[in-house]
Amino acid sequence: MEDQNAKKVLEVSHLKQYFNVGKKDEVKAVDDISFDIYEGETFGLVGESGSGKTTVGRAIIHLYHPTDGSIKFNGDEVVGMKDKAKLQSLRQNMQMIFQDPYASLNPRMKVRDIIAEGIDINHLAKSKEEREKMVADLLDTVGLNRDHASRYPHEFSGGQRQRIGIARALAVEPEFIIADEPISALDVSIQAQVVNLLKQLQRERHLTYLFIAHDLSMVKYISDRIGVLHYGRMLEIGDADEVYNHPLHDYTRSLLSAVPAPDPEYERTRTQLAYDPKYEDGSKDRELVEIAPRHWVQASQDEIEMYQKRAQEQGLPLV
Amino acid sequence: MQSNESILKVRDLKINFKTYAGTVQAIRDVSFDLKKGETLAIVGESGSGKTVTTRSIMGLLANNASVAGGSIMFHDKDILKMSQKELQGLRGAQIAQIFQDPMTSLDPTMKIGRQIAEPLMVHKNMSKSKALAQALEMMKLVGITDAEHRINDYPHQFSGGMRQRIVIAIALINYPEILIADEPTTALDVTIQAQILNLMRELQEKISTSIIFITHDLGVVAGMADRVAVMYAGKIVEYGTVDEIFYNPKHPYTWGLLSSMPTLDTNGAELPSIEGTPPDLLDPPVGDAFAPRNEYALNIDTEQEPPFFKVSDTHYAATWLLHPDAPKVTPPEQIIARQQQYAKMQQELAEQAREHHVEEEEEQP
Repeated sequence: MEDQNAKKVLEVSHLKQYFNVGKKDEVKAVDDISFDIYEGETFGLVGESGSGKTTVGRAIIHLYHPTDGSIKFNGDEVVGMKDKAKLQSLRQNMQMIFQDPYASLNPRMKVRDIIAEGIDINHLAKSKEEREKMVADLLDTVGLNRDHASRYPHEFSGGQRQRIGIARALAVEPEFIIADEPISALDVSIQAQVVNLLKQLQRERHLTYLFIAHDLSMVKYISDRIGVLHYGRMLEIGDADEVYNHPLHDYTRSLLSAVPAPDPEYERTRTQLAYDPKYEDGSKDRELVEIAPRHWVQASQDEIEMYQKRAQEQGLPLV
Repeated sequence: MQSNESILKVRDLKINFKTYAGTVQAIRDVSFDLKKGETLAIVGESGSGKTVTTRSIMGLLANNASVAGGSIMFHDKDILKMSQKELQGLRGAQIAQIFQDPMTSLDPTMKIGRQIAEPLMVHKNMSKSKALAQALEMMKLVGITDAEHRINDYPHQFSGGMRQRIVIAIALINYPEILIADEPTTALDVTIQAQILNLMRELQEKISTSIIFITHDLGVVAGMADRVAVMYAGKIVEYGTVDEIFYNPKHPYTWGLLSSMPTLDTNGAELPSIEGTPPDLLDPPVGDAFAPRNEYALNIDTEQEPPFFKVSDTHYAATWLLHPDAPKVTPPEQIIARQQQYAKMQQELAEQAREHHVEEEEEQP
């Protein structure tokens, strides 16, 4: 999807997000992670619960004050941004779709007002008629009926609610959308509908996505590139197909070997790889190293050779 | 280990719920058998009736539910006709259940050793010390490390995966004949999920429990189940062995479910999805409930409900497409690929059998 010249929408470098700093129960939820997201791509963030993937999303959208590091959105530093006009433009250009479609919609607001809230705050509609038209168009876009505008959230199913959440995010015409587990609360048959909608919107509106999820098959399907998080550190980044077909880090290998497939014959022979965290314990300084082109692995200086060998074994070209 | 003896026979089960809006027909004519030692998976969307079916087996239906017909025979006794007292003797002793969320199914104020021992004290009148000793054995069996020290811990001191192990220990302490597992791994990470599923498989071999496994994760079903029943809108629409359902499905709903789930090999612009939403069971549609979402629907689907058509001795599907007069349809690509894989597997099996046969003949003088 992206090439060397593609524009970086988001640059995260050395982001640290600690909680309870200086206290006994200090938590290093995100510990020194760096990645870039290019225009028009979907970057998938995977990891177990507690790996820090949601924290990364929340720090990017300015819901937390990062302990250290920098987050640049279209070249502007987000961390510590105080300028009101800039903040407003940031919030317009960056939107979020939440996990739980039941908890993320105000039950006392009509669908019309939920969707139009961002339009009102950013004064995007000049008249009541225009506002109404924008809402109707958005409902069309996400595949809901125009008449649904006057209803309340409880009248909708989970899949429909998630469509309302998507319409709300789209209302302010953002460039970049953070989708935090947008489909994990939905049924299998509905998941496919919502994923297709997200992909279609990306094509039509040139959106850039940060897609956070623990369902590895779905992340692989929707993402162009993938980052694997564990214990708040990024262990591996690369093109989705390459990370899945030729994982280099032990953790990624173990994680992928645990994914069950809807294929009984494969399931009978699948062996799960046990994970030994010796290549990510705190004993050495490690950073992301580009082993194969555009395929980065967290490694210390003396581990680089091992990963290069692994890459060669799998037929990957070295950098 | 599996035998043909059915320990549970559900026949023509119908369950209604009374609500302010009217009567919801949640279960409409469900029949199935559970054989000794097997794992039967029930798959389907939320609202298709999976959970209600198992709750009726446990005698745990809500107050506004009524059984409109049918029977659930367990050892020649109808569970639906049992008194509360008889049901209490059954639950946790012969039939046990594991729930989806391990945190809400444990008592946060009770030490876990006591919680695991409780079914023994209730059902077998065992003394507390003896029950606790057995609880300790069970904790070791389900893989709780350092069990001696952790027996006096409270649920919040355990991780999600460990909590689910505790729930399993409680369910299995009386060696039940039937274990109902309702989405037991949905709340867990894939790595922990794999551990719990392995544990369930091991324990099933050890104590030969029959398992009813409810999930919407077809990957988990493929690894766990011996047989699969697919439910839609309060009915079973297809059932068969795990190979038959995954490699040679016949019902368009099963086709849709299998192709809408991406695997690690799925590529392409659009994920096949089942358009629309499940029907409102306040007023179930005439004919096949899946017809409005079914791109293969025939005219008769809107008029008359399809009966079960036999595919093999173990495989049945309720779709008019299997009627001899029905037009031939081409299933989605993914399904054809699966059928080809199945044909290949069958061929290989046949060849193996033949080679085996030849070898045997050669050995004979």
